[in-house]
Amino acid sequence: MPNRHDIAFDAFVVAAGFVGGTPTFALGDGSVRLFGEDAERIVPTHDGAVLVAAMDHQRIVTGGDDGRVVAVARDGEPRLVAERPRKWIDEVALGPKGAAAFAVGRQAVVVDGQGEERVFDHDRAVGGLAFAPKGLRLAVARYGGVTLWWAGTDAAPTELAWKGAHIGVVFSPDGKHVVTTMQENALHGWRLADGQDMRMSGYPAKPRSLDWSVKGRHLASSGANAAILWPFHHKDGPMGRSPKQLGPREVLVTRVACHPREEVVAAGYQDGVMLLLQIEDGAETTLRNADGGPISALAWDKTGRRLAFGTEDGAAGWVDFDG
Amino acid sequence: MSQTQIPVTVLTGYLGAGKTTLLNRILSENHGKRYAVVVNEFGEIGIDNDLIVESDEEVFEMNNGCVCCTVRGDLIRVVEGLMKRPGGFDGILVETTGVADPAPVAQTFFMDDDVRARARLDAVVAVADAKHLPARLSDTSEAEDQIGFADVILLNKTDLVPDDEVVAVERRIRSINPHAVIHRTERCDLPLDRVLDRGAFDLDRILTLDPDFLEGDGHDHHHHDHDHHEHNHGHDRHDHDHGVGSVSLAGGDLDPRRFFAWINDTTQEHGPNILRLKGILAFADDDDRYVLQGVHMIVEGDHQRPWREGEARESRLVFIGRDLDAAMLESGFKSCLA
Repeated sequence: MPNRHDIAFDAFVVAAGFVGGTPTFALGDGSVRLFGEDAERIVPTHDGAVLVAAMDHQRIVTGGDDGRVVAVARDGEPRLVAERPRKWIDEVALGPKGAAAFAVGRQAVVVDGQGEERVFDHDRAVGGLAFAPKGLRLAVARYGGVTLWWAGTDAAPTELAWKGAHIGVVFSPDGKHVVTTMQENALHGWRLADGQDMRMSGYPAKPRSLDWSVKGRHLASSGANAAILWPFHHKDGPMGRSPKQLGPREVLVTRVACHPREEVVAAGYQDGVMLLLQIEDGAETTLRNADGGPISALAWDKTGRRLAFGTEDGAAGWVDFDG
Repeated sequence: MSQTQIPVTVLTGYLGAGKTTLLNRILSENHGKRYAVVVNEFGEIGIDNDLIVESDEEVFEMNNGCVCCTVRGDLIRVVEGLMKRPGGFDGILVETTGVADPAPVAQTFFMDDDVRARARLDAVVAVADAKHLPARLSDTSEAEDQIGFADVILLNKTDLVPDDEVVAVERRIRSINPHAVIHRTERCDLPLDRVLDRGAFDLDRILTLDPDFLEGDGHDHHHHDHDHHEHNHGHDRHDHDHGVGSVSLAGGDLDPRRFFAWINDTTQEHGPNILRLKGILAFADDDDRYVLQGVHMIVEGDHQRPWREGEARESRLVFIGRDLDAAMLESGFKSCLA
C-alpha cells in the first residue's frame, strides 16, 4: 500500500520534487525545503516569493520576485546563478551539463555550466522556456509562436508561428515535437521535421501543466475536468484522434505528472484530490482526498517509487509506493 | 486558494497629470494597508518598496484580433505571482501609460478565469490635469477614452487654473461621462478612500455609496450628450471632437428574453465603440432587481436584491462610448419593454 507523508507549510507550494533523492519543495515564502533522512533543511533562497522553479533530480533552480535566480543541489547550499535587481524572474528552465535559462520580460538568458550568460532578445514577453532533450537548444514561447535558439552558437533562430499567446512550452522526449500551452485554452504543437501544426483544443481552462508519459507515448495535460492525454505514438501524432480523458471529476485537473517507467499518470485537482490513473484502462487509485487547496505542484522521483506534491494552501508531502 | 478576490484599482491619465504623485502618496501614507503596485517603470516613484512591480504592457489579442478580446498578459502573470506571496494584499494598483487604452486592463479581470478567481476590478481612476485636459481631449482620442472609461476622476492641479476654467473642464468631463465621480484636487491631495476600494465595478456597492447613480435628468427619459459633437463638425482632423458621449435609457419592466437577445446583439455589433455600460433592470415577473455592467463586448449581470416596497420598478441603462447612435439604442431598448 502506498504510504503518504504529509507536511504542512505556511506558504504556497510552487514546486515539489526530488533533488538527489531528497524530497524538495519551493515555497511562496522564498525558501526551498529539503527533507533529508533525519531533518528538514530550510534553505533561504529569495527575499520575497519563489515565483518559478524547475527541478531535474540533481538540482532545483528557483526564480524570485527579488530578481534572483538560485540553484540548490542536494547539499542544500544556495548558489546564485544570476541576478536582475528590481525585476521579477518570470520563467526558469534546466538544460544539459549544468546549464539553466531564465526569463525577465522580453529577454531569455541562458547560463551555461561555467556561469557564462548569453542573452536572447524578443519582441514580446517570454511566456515559457524549455531546453531540448539534447544539445543546447532553447525554445522560447511568446506571443505569436515559439523561437528556437541554438544557445551555444550564433546561428539564426528558427521561428514557429501560430497566432495567439503562447504561455508555456515543452519539447517531446525524442526532441521531435514542440508543444505550447496557450492563453486561448488550447495546446499547439509543431512537428519540427516539417513544421506541421497540431491543434489540441477544447479545454475549459488553460492547460498549464504538461508532462510526457514513458517514451513520449502520450502528452498528459491539465485544464479540464479530467486528465487529458493526447496520443503521440501514432505516425501522425495526435492529429485526427481523440485524447483519452482519465479520472473525470466535477473539478478541474490542475497538475499532471507521468510515471517515468510505466503508462501511469498522477493527476492533482483543484480541490486537493490526487488520483493515480492507468493510461491503458483509466483505472483510478485515490492518493489524497479533498481539502480545498488546489494541487499546485506534482512530480515523481527518478524511479517512480515516490510522488511529491504540494497545494496552494501549503499542504505538501510525498507518496511512497514501496510503503 | 480559498481567499477572497483582491480589489484592483486601475490608474489612467496623461504623463504629468499627477499619477506618480498619487502613487507616491498611496505608498508612503500610513494607512496600515498593503498595496502591490504595477508600474511601467520605476522612474519617478521615489519609494523603494518591494511591492512595486515593473511590467511592460503586454497586450494579448485573443482569437480574432478584436479590441474587445484583448487582455494584458503581463497582468495575468503579475496577479499569479502576487498570489504566491504569503500574507496577502489589501489591493493591487495598476498604473497605465498615458497613451494606453484602459480596456485591455479592465477586460483582463473579466476574461481571464485564473485572474478572475483571485482579483476583481474595483475602479478605474483617471487623473486629469485641469489645465491641460481640454487640449488633450481635442488632440487625442486616448484622453477621451480615459475619461469615458473612468469611475472616478481626479481633476488635479485645480490650483493652477481659475475657477471658471475648472467649471468648464468639469462640464466637458460630464459631457463625456455623466456618471463618474469627480474630485477636484491639488497635488492629488484627497482622502485615499475616495480612490481605493470603491467597488465602482460592483453595482451593488455603488448603489449604496451613491443612491443617485443612474438617476435620470429630470423629466427627460433619455438624455444624451451629443451637443458638443455637432458644434465641432467640419473642423480639421486634429481639432475635431472624437465623439465619446453617453446615452441613458429608462423604462418600466423588460422582457428578459428579448432584452438579453438585444443586449448581446448590440454589444457584439457595437462593442468596439462601447466603452462602458451599466444598468439596473426590472424584468417582468421577477421580484429582484437585476444589475448589469459591461466593457466593450463583455456584459455581466446578476440578480441584486428584491425591489423594495414603494420603490418604483424602473429599468435604467447607460452606455458610454464613441459615436453611439442614441436613436438606435433607444428604439432597441424600447422593443424590449414587456
